[in-house]
Amino acid sequence: MALAFDEFGRPFIILKEQEQKSRLRGLDAQKSNISAGKAVARILRTSLGPKGMDKMLQSPDGDVTITNDGATILEQMDVDNQIAKLMVELSRSQDYEIGDGTTGVVVMAGALLEKAERLLERGIHPIRIAEGYEMASRISVDHLERVANKFEFDESNLEPLIQTCMTTLSSKIVNRCKRSLAEIAVKAVLAVADLERKDVNLDLIKVEGKVGGKLEDTELIYGIVVDKDMSHPQMPKQIEDAKIAILTCPFEPPKPKTKHKVDIDTVEKFQTLRLQEQKYFDDMVQKCKDVGATLVICQWGFDDEANHLLMHRNLPAVRWVGGVELELIAIATGGRIVPRFQELSPEKLGKAGMVREKSFGTTKDRMLYIEHCANSRAVTIFIRGGNKMIIEETKRSLHDALCVARNLIRNNSIVYGGGSAEISCSIAVEAAADRYPGVEQYAIRAFGDALESIPMALAENSGLQPIETLSAVKSQQIKDNNPHFGIDCNDVGTNDMREQNVFETLIGKQQQILLATQVVKMILKIDDVISPSDY
Amino acid sequence: MAIDRIFKDEASEEKGERARMASFVGAMAIADLVKTTLGPKGMDKILQSTGRGREVTVTNDGATILKSLHIDNPAAKVLLDISKVQDDEVGDGTTSVVVLAGELLREAEKLVASKIHPMTIISGFRMAAECARNTLLEKVVDNKADSEKFRSDLLNIAMTTLSSKILSQDKEHFAKLAVDAVMRLNGSTNLESIQIIKKPGGSLKDSFLDEGFILDKKIGIGQPKRIENAKILVANTAMDTDKVKIYGARVRVDSMARVAQIETAEKEKMREKVQKIIGHGINCFVNRQLIYNFPEELFADAGILAIEHADFDGIERLALVTGGEIASTFDNPESVKLGHCDLIEEIMIGEDKLIHFSGVAMGQACTIVLRGASHHVLDEAERSLHDALCVLSQTVNDSRVLLGGGWPEMVMAREVDALAKKTPGKKSLAIEAFSRALLAIPTIIADNAGLDSAELISQLRAEHQNKGCTAGIDVISGSVGDMAERGICEAFKVKQAILLSSTEAAEMILRVDEIITCAPRRREDRMEIFHLFCNPVLRHWIGNGVVVVGGRMLTFKSSNEKPIDFRRAKICSFPIAKVKVLDNNSLSSRASWPLSEGEKEISVRGEKNVWRCHHRNNGV
Repeated sequence: MALAFDEFGRPFIILKEQEQKSRLRGLDAQKSNISAGKAVARILRTSLGPKGMDKMLQSPDGDVTITNDGATILEQMDVDNQIAKLMVELSRSQDYEIGDGTTGVVVMAGALLEKAERLLERGIHPIRIAEGYEMASRISVDHLERVANKFEFDESNLEPLIQTCMTTLSSKIVNRCKRSLAEIAVKAVLAVADLERKDVNLDLIKVEGKVGGKLEDTELIYGIVVDKDMSHPQMPKQIEDAKIAILTCPFEPPKPKTKHKVDIDTVEKFQTLRLQEQKYFDDMVQKCKDVGATLVICQWGFDDEANHLLMHRNLPAVRWVGGVELELIAIATGGRIVPRFQELSPEKLGKAGMVREKSFGTTKDRMLYIEHCANSRAVTIFIRGGNKMIIEETKRSLHDALCVARNLIRNNSIVYGGGSAEISCSIAVEAAADRYPGVEQYAIRAFGDALESIPMALAENSGLQPIETLSAVKSQQIKDNNPHFGIDCNDVGTNDMREQNVFETLIGKQQQILLATQVVKMILKIDDVISPSDY
Repeated sequence: MAIDRIFKDEASEEKGERARMASFVGAMAIADLVKTTLGPKGMDKILQSTGRGREVTVTNDGATILKSLHIDNPAAKVLLDISKVQDDEVGDGTTSVVVLAGELLREAEKLVASKIHPMTIISGFRMAAECARNTLLEKVVDNKADSEKFRSDLLNIAMTTLSSKILSQDKEHFAKLAVDAVMRLNGSTNLESIQIIKKPGGSLKDSFLDEGFILDKKIGIGQPKRIENAKILVANTAMDTDKVKIYGARVRVDSMARVAQIETAEKEKMREKVQKIIGHGINCFVNRQLIYNFPEELFADAGILAIEHADFDGIERLALVTGGEIASTFDNPESVKLGHCDLIEEIMIGEDKLIHFSGVAMGQACTIVLRGASHHVLDEAERSLHDALCVLSQTVNDSRVLLGGGWPEMVMAREVDALAKKTPGKKSLAIEAFSRALLAIPTIIADNAGLDSAELISQLRAEHQNKGCTAGIDVISGSVGDMAERGICEAFKVKQAILLSSTEAAEMILRVDEIITCAPRRREDRMEIFHLFCNPVLRHWIGNGVVVVGGRMLTFKSSNEKPIDFRRAKICSFPIAKVKVLDNNSLSSRASWPLSEGEKEISVRGEKNVWRCHHRNNGV
């Protein structure tokens, strides 16, 4: 009620410049919100599953991205509608938390909204729907816990991990070589994983891409690849058993932070200063040499003279290496980042078995490989591909695969994919619905229906008859009391996802359901939308 | 209740069939555009720039044409990108790769129209591409062991590549030039050591490869114009005012006399430096930076040839050919490696004086001097020669060779066709389509030459039913001929790259079922970014390479939360190159916006918005 009355009965206006704002209230507001949410979900629906299609996005600057990663699509979509922005946020949080299933979560939320709309039309209060959804989501999360399998792997048997990563990759354009990419992802994660603490720091995995070559040339390097070359063209291009000094101080004359001035007023001073300067350069290089370094990696630039001195003393050097890369190099080679020349000491040097410069293609593209490091806990995945878009998409796909592998190491429970988990949850939710007295029962049932939309979309995208396939699978699940039946997207001939080796992580699935429910609840609770009207 | 619009104003969305149509049309249009330049009888295009001067380029190099187009269609941009990658990776086949991708999409469009799902087409294409690649692998010839034969292979490849370019009239001459130049590289793919100097005048035939090295500079006045048995010091050092680099140092004097004293001291310093340089026992000094009058005079007095301001590439090449090292300090003359050459002299090419180093110690680098009637001809000649050099240098490393003249396409088409007949299911239609697309390339080559393509191709196909056939189209005589006999060769690496990247691109475009175009960025925004860069604080950071955000360089967030990529701002007026902007292309990667450790956010006021940028201060 924007119109209120004072004690004399005269109306006054509460909202500022009320007449200039458009406003939606009650059922209209909810419906408009729901339809916006549904519209976003509809865009992503066709991207779900191994046969899902891609979207082409053109950014404001004309760059083209081709992807079927839900989070990326939504992020680059340039969405204006507030509710649509919530959906974008939803898939982003799934991405941050889990890294995979970003499309599924939006499709799920869309389905929940669609079912809610029908209930609203029947006069059920949105809060009751929201509560029903909440209960149902709890039921399904518990149910997932029950049907989940523990899945065993160790360093000698990586096959299960690879299979799971392959499930993730199979929906991307890179599925042509999903096997090799999955292996790369798993090996990379295991290389940096802390199996005792069950944690993986994905920051230690550097994903670097370079156009050219083919996807099959993508490789995992136990070491670091930096997009840099030696500072002097005549320095050696290959160093074996390198001892690396990692510096964050430039090979340049000192720049004290305090303000100072050196005044030159006599010829003697001029000459001493000159000598000092020369000595300074000499000292810098000598210090590096003294501690036994055979390669200098520096965050900053070099003065020409310093550069030549380095070359002259046979000390190869790399300049302008970024901070993050520097850290990775330090981790990989077991060295310490040294901020001052005075602090250089032999034990602070990093060690690498081989450092080499490699050139690519016909242009002046060179990269520096640091391999056989003392500590192989930092690795690089080096992606090759025919064009920029493929490389970007491969990076995203690998990110998903890495996240999945990480989640499995954190928590090795899995549920089966292909929509089987959703169908089984839906059966459980519907069975539970009857036990709830009150209006919520309807909402819970609607939730069960909504869960089916994921397998439905999978079947649709795979070119199967959606309703027929779904009902067949559902009845099969109930009959055999086996939650492993799902949609056979790749036309393999069996519905049993256990045989097809299609898994997803338990936490990922649970998170999807919880996040989708939360957002839907939030949207349902909005009953008033005030926006400045167009001008 | 109608849906409120979800997207921003001006943003648009194309779905399903319409989206697919839009991308097919865009891709085909691009392919058709460059189609006519394919083959030895392909035509050229004139490109006129929109910039000042309306400069004109005449070319038939696919990558050059595509690079200069302003394209709005996203699918077309994919093709553009593959052509660029082809150029960077192997250097030739930039047109073919686009044409093949276009033909694949043309075939795919027919299949989609007859209700075959894109995913089925893709899986068919993949099988076909794999099969085609295996066929090529079977058919390759590798003559690496036989150096005589290998050289003739290289010559043939160079001639085949050049035959479709402006140099085709003198292709033997240039093929020889290119092969000689590449052989000197000893397997390195670093084409920088081959210098191409363009001098208008004369005819293309007058172009030559110089064993030694030519530097496009003049000899200082009063210095010897000819030096025999030269000892060269290659340097990169300041020879103007060798100032004290210690930060915060400044000269403060109280009388004119003192100024004079310090000036003499400075001069003395320079004199000492020159003395040190002379002390190396040299008779030629080449510096990357300027040499001022005073030191130049000193050098002239000592009878030393001093060459100033040789650009960086020139210096590197000179160091390569003469075997010297690039020096910046001169305290230890005994350990600096000097460069040697037998003779330095000033020569004239056309009307320009150049410095010629001959009888050099190391043969890695060399110079090709191109002569021609006009700048346009020279530019195009350079591009053509560059293509040939690229292909050759790649072939030296991967010496597998195929026949040319549409022969590989015919062979692949035959095998792919055979595969289609063996494959059950709808996929076979896609495989068949792939083989048709392959055939389109020789068809276009024949069409461009004004030949009866239908007749020729059917003849060729019949011939190719026999195993081991070496027939292809001989465009010059306009008939089917034996490619092995005519010595028409192509590098395997080029063909493979064409095949793989065009299939990959076609696949990408086929997978798309929706195109979302964001509202184009407003011009004012760009202007504002431009003004931002005039902000002295920001410039300081950039100049010092300090603004680093998680490995990527400076990115901006405008007040409406959208990340803005400043590379788009197209500003070249000041040196941002120092921070190596190319460092990170993954602006779209997520998790980029939260601040990471050691970064702080700084707001800078632009004209309209307040910009926040992440500033990483690495202990400086």
